[in-house]
Amino acid sequence: MSDLDLIVDVIPSLRRYARALTGRADEADDLVQDCLERAMSRWQLWQRDRELRPWMFTIMHNLFISGRRRAARRPVEIDIDGNEDLPGVAPNQMAGLEMAELSAALDKLSDEQREVVLLVGLEGFTYAEVAEIAQVPIGTVMSRLSRGRERLRVLLAGGGGPALRRGK
Amino acid sequence: MSTGEREVSRDEIHAFSDGELSAERAAAVELWLRENPDEQRLADDIQRINEALRSFFGPVANEPIPVRLRDTVQRRRGRPRLWLRLAAALLLVLAGGLAGWFGRDLAGHGERVIQALASESFSAHKVFVVEVRHPVEVAAAQEQHLVRWLTKRLGAEVRAPDLRSVGYALVGGRLLSADAGPAAQFMYETREGRRLTLYVRQNAEGGETAFRFKAAGSLSGFYWLEGPLAYAIVAELPREELLTVATQIYNQLEE
Repeated sequence: MSDLDLIVDVIPSLRRYARALTGRADEADDLVQDCLERAMSRWQLWQRDRELRPWMFTIMHNLFISGRRRAARRPVEIDIDGNEDLPGVAPNQMAGLEMAELSAALDKLSDEQREVVLLVGLEGFTYAEVAEIAQVPIGTVMSRLSRGRERLRVLLAGGGGPALRRGK
Repeated sequence: MSTGEREVSRDEIHAFSDGELSAERAAAVELWLRENPDEQRLADDIQRINEALRSFFGPVANEPIPVRLRDTVQRRRGRPRLWLRLAAALLLVLAGGLAGWFGRDLAGHGERVIQALASESFSAHKVFVVEVRHPVEVAAAQEQHLVRWLTKRLGAEVRAPDLRSVGYALVGGRLLSADAGPAAQFMYETREGRRLTLYVRQNAEGGETAFRFKAAGSLSGFYWLEGPLAYAIVAELPREELLTVATQIYNQLEE
């Protein structure tokens, strides 16, 4: 198996994360493509004793954050069309929690909070790995995580009813 | 949480939910949560949020990888092999090898491009390198314009490599007519006035090869195919010296 196959193996999880992070399929794949290009151009800098997946997520983090800074302001509204690209809700789980609801709530988090919530909850990275990816101390990871999740919790429980509760 | 101060912080409840606590501490937190229903609900909600994230976004990872993303990685796939062959080429040259060419054999189209490339680049070199007054159509002073123009005409990104590190300065370039359509020639010159040319033409069907070598009279050339373009470097130089220049060009074009 060549090094390039190793990179290809990381693509599905990069796409999954980027989709959740940006909420849009096209923007997500653009981000993944930029990430792959940068990874290829910096290939010599990857140290073989480091795990490849966190290394690539670090590249994606840097691109995402710098891209957002350039964009200066995130759009306030969620793009409804973009949601059509999102995968459908799995039938048996989280019956009370709709995909659109979760996406809209994620979109209200700060970029930094959303990243940490997704890296841990969706991608299963350890706090130490997330600290490395986002280049912040573990304490910062933990505070972003608890603030981000608790905000999500409030957002999902608010409005028309305790959406989060209806699940069980 | 009816009495006294919190024994377990909120951060710790998150860490508990994420499996970040030691077994011992996790057991203590679990016990504590049983007696603190509000906090237990937080822990439950954390689980639900994570489950929702995984069930909503998880399927993305099972989608087929879009071609453009796969291509971004695969495009570079030829590179290490090419480098190996380059090293092999160098060895052959150092050993005074017999091989006039190396690399994989290309059937059909590739072979035709290679043959055309060799003959066109040698003739173009001979015609223009002797020019005193009009060696180039657009001089190096207008390099940006030159490169934009040639890129437009050839329909693929053409670049004029910087060869000053090996003693050659860009004189300029010109558009040429090859049998397959437009081609370009860049001319370089040492301070002593020795010239070399880099010939670039379209490689319509793509594909790549390692360096090949051709000598004719006092002229030597290395040529290769790389994606949408085919390149030939020609000069009146010994093979080893020309290989240094070819390697320099190859590196820059790969960047």
